[in-house]
Amino acid sequence: MAAESKKVLYGLYNDEEDLKSAVKSARKDHLDVMDVLTPFPVHGLDPIMGLNESRLHILGFIYGAIGATFGFGFMSWALASDWPILFGGKPYWPVPSFIPITFEMTVLFAAWGMTITFYTICGMWPGVKAKILDNRITDDKFCIAFDVTDADEKGVSGLQSFFKKTGAAEVNLKTI
Amino acid sequence: MSQPVAPVRHVLIEGNKTYHNISEDLCVPTEKAPSREWILAFSLSAAFLGLYIFAVTWTIWKGIGEWGANRTINWAWDITNFVWWIGIGHAGTLISAILLLFRQRWRTGVNRAAEAMTIFAVMCAGQFPLIHMGRLWLAFFIFPFPNTRGPLWVNFNSPLLWDVFAISTYFSVSLLFWYTGLVPDLATVRDRAAGFRKKMYEIFSFGWTGSAKHWQRWESLSLILAGISTPLVLSVHTIVSFDFATSVIPGWHTTIFPPYFVAGAIFSGFAMVQTLMVITRKVLKLEEYITINHIDSMNKVIVLTGTIVGVAYLTELFIAWYSGYIYEQFAFYNRVFGVYWWSYFGMMFCNVVSPQLFWSRKIRRSIWWTFFLSIVVNIGMWFERFVIIATTLARDYLPSSWSYYSPTWVEISLFTGTLGLFFTLFLIFTRVAPVVAIAEVKAILKVAGDQFIGPNAKKSHGHAAHETEKQEKH
Repeated sequence: MAAESKKVLYGLYNDEEDLKSAVKSARKDHLDVMDVLTPFPVHGLDPIMGLNESRLHILGFIYGAIGATFGFGFMSWALASDWPILFGGKPYWPVPSFIPITFEMTVLFAAWGMTITFYTICGMWPGVKAKILDNRITDDKFCIAFDVTDADEKGVSGLQSFFKKTGAAEVNLKTI
Repeated sequence: MSQPVAPVRHVLIEGNKTYHNISEDLCVPTEKAPSREWILAFSLSAAFLGLYIFAVTWTIWKGIGEWGANRTINWAWDITNFVWWIGIGHAGTLISAILLLFRQRWRTGVNRAAEAMTIFAVMCAGQFPLIHMGRLWLAFFIFPFPNTRGPLWVNFNSPLLWDVFAISTYFSVSLLFWYTGLVPDLATVRDRAAGFRKKMYEIFSFGWTGSAKHWQRWESLSLILAGISTPLVLSVHTIVSFDFATSVIPGWHTTIFPPYFVAGAIFSGFAMVQTLMVITRKVLKLEEYITINHIDSMNKVIVLTGTIVGVAYLTELFIAWYSGYIYEQFAFYNRVFGVYWWSYFGMMFCNVVSPQLFWSRKIRRSIWWTFFLSIVVNIGMWFERFVIIATTLARDYLPSSWSYYSPTWVEISLFTGTLGLFFTLFLIFTRVAPVVAIAEVKAILKVAGDQFIGPNAKKSHGHAAHETEKQEKH
């Protein structure tokens, strides 16, 4: 998320299978991949990249639990403690009546919490100007990108030959 | 080709598409100038929207007396329309959420449009509880917030209040689910755009890059939102059914309502999706993405849920007889032979008889039959809500209270006006956002495209192609 510019050497592939073999090859050669970008979620890519599983679902559960506690707790306080009123002969603390709203609050908090967390940890928000490497990545090209800001000639040419070896359709250097 | 595909799988993307073709075909409707059909449809629905605004203003200014509702039939067209719209909204969530959990790939052709339909339908539905209050400016009373009246809290025992939470939650969660799915597709449109359009899509695509880690989180988020939206959609219409089921009126006070309402909602929702998709695929030339196989699958859901609804109707009749409870028995005798018998027969014919035609494969795969029957089903479902609400209230326990209800021009304008609101919003949606989920369709291309599977498969494992040929011949 740094504001300073980076020099990026990226290769574009025409097919996700080529991309997956290239990433496998990059891992084998111990190359430091900056990012892999695709037009759609490619199945099987995450384990090949060695990506850790997302822990968003754990957060979702926590947010939901907060929602449930808040909903149930507030209703219990309002009806049983703050201003108890007899509604149609029901008990002052009508637990079955609380179930629908508690459930809705669980879902509401889980959904909003997870979504806002998702955008925050991805660095996305309305108006965030993305550093787009290539406009065709959201179309039909699959990209592996290396940060070469501090790389020397040998490093860059090593990466160039990596791209050639793995069948990249195009290789470009860009400052973003 | 990286994975084997079972020969029973339908082709879901026709026309030998590449990933680039998919981007092109699905983005172009947002880039070209609006077609004549669009302008005509938009003018018509905007006119009805104008009628709606007029009718709402009239209602708020002059009061609920301008409606035909009276002390006996205190809920009529207003709540009928509310339940009708909410029911329609449920299909979108079902298509996105439940079909995702069931791993049905065909949902990718219709989920974006169906979710948009949900959001617009819920917006239309939400109008009615608000305007039927009469003193709309006091609407904030229904929310539990610290106030200077005690603080006076709301009645948490009431399903009418549960509705407030359920519908608000449903609206906002559906919006999140829809928009999260839309972000990568808006990025695709952004990267093709220039100038002002590019700036706009930059804002709305939140800086999406297509990074693998982001996709991973996106898929995780979509799956969990789907997982919580599913019980949400079931709970929302159950809570709406509780508006009636928790009362004491014969014909309302029945435990069958929650599953009856939920099945009915899915039924009418899918019918509305069909109406929209049949038109959209023709006008935007998306027949290769919203294929006959998609139409076929949705019609199967219609015949299933229509049958469940039919069984529920027959169960009600049976239980009324079996219970021996004279008031329950009268409630149904009245529905069949009373003053509103025509709405009951409309309901029975449209909901029970007509969808049975979809058992026929030929009819399921016919665009004209689909369009015609989808409208018939929605009319039938409107009658169902009218039968439940107005006819039951018209003839409850106390004969001296019995009355008759007719809608006034204001109520008719409100209803047709919400149709205007709905179609106006949907038409705007088709102009600004891709109507089909671009990234998701690309993700299934290799297992559902017609060059990979089906009778025209090119890169065929010869055996698989022949097997599918045999299937298709049925």
